[in-house]
Amino acid sequence: MNFAVLQFPASNCDQDAVHAVRLLGHSARLVWHKDASLGDADAVIVPGGFSYGDYLRCGAIARFSPVMQAVKQFADRGGLVLGVCNGFQVLTEAGLLPGALIRNRDLQFHCEFIHLKTLTANSPFTGRIPAGKCLRVPIAHGEGCYFADETTLAQLKANDQILWQYCDLGGNVTDSANPNGAVQNIAGICNERRNVAGLMPHPERACESLLGSDDGRWIFESMFAALKEKPVPA
Amino acid sequence: MKAKIIITPKKAVLDPQGKTVQNALAQMGYTGVTGVHIGKYIEIDLAPGTDKAAAQQALHDAAHKFLSNPVIEDYKLEME
Repeated sequence: MNFAVLQFPASNCDQDAVHAVRLLGHSARLVWHKDASLGDADAVIVPGGFSYGDYLRCGAIARFSPVMQAVKQFADRGGLVLGVCNGFQVLTEAGLLPGALIRNRDLQFHCEFIHLKTLTANSPFTGRIPAGKCLRVPIAHGEGCYFADETTLAQLKANDQILWQYCDLGGNVTDSANPNGAVQNIAGICNERRNVAGLMPHPERACESLLGSDDGRWIFESMFAALKEKPVPA
Repeated sequence: MKAKIIITPKKAVLDPQGKTVQNALAQMGYTGVTGVHIGKYIEIDLAPGTDKAAAQQALHDAAHKFLSNPVIEDYKLEME
């Protein structure tokens, strides 16, 4: 599988994403934000970082980069898109995912390991995550508090679009396990069509036990498996 | 010609910055403050001779699409 990893000015987790995909046995290459084409990509990763210095709002400027036109078309055709951290912010700003990410409720930048409860196996991003397994993944963000209004939240729940919630070691979704105040401990969601997902934690930084956890690979393995079963429409 | 845009967080959105500043004001001894909300102020300089109505229309569009995020923010536009 070929993964296209976008690069905006001040993206800084693009190299890690490329490394993770290659480590797991697949191809990945960087795509500069000014490129209007994704080439022969099977999936797109919108990586973490501080694109455009987080100026105006996180991801607010990156969403207008030329490459995002191609990403939108790719997503419209059913292509898989995964936004990580700043990538999640870009996708919400671009309207490819509902809701928004705002400043952490305690106003602190959180750089730590958290645990994720996977709410559904029914998605290309969670299909291979072992049932009941809490994923130990690092976060590193100052504006990762997920917000959506009541109507949107109701829709997310009804459509099974909440993919991950912050939980404690025992898998309990508690307030103390919530690092940033995200509504309902939401760490990651997908769109209605289930081909675009975003999450604040960094699975690409949790693919080697040397780095503290290799639980992140389950998310990529889910994508590889989904791509194998159903190739991207041309 | 100038356009002034004030962007504020929606009431339903958590505003920890506002709350922190409110607490600080209280600690500093300022009384009677029942709320603090922190937003953004943007000034846009327009070329002389610009059609005011057209510019206002365009700026409303820009404010809605880009300068503010309607999911979490409200904005007010003033033309000078």
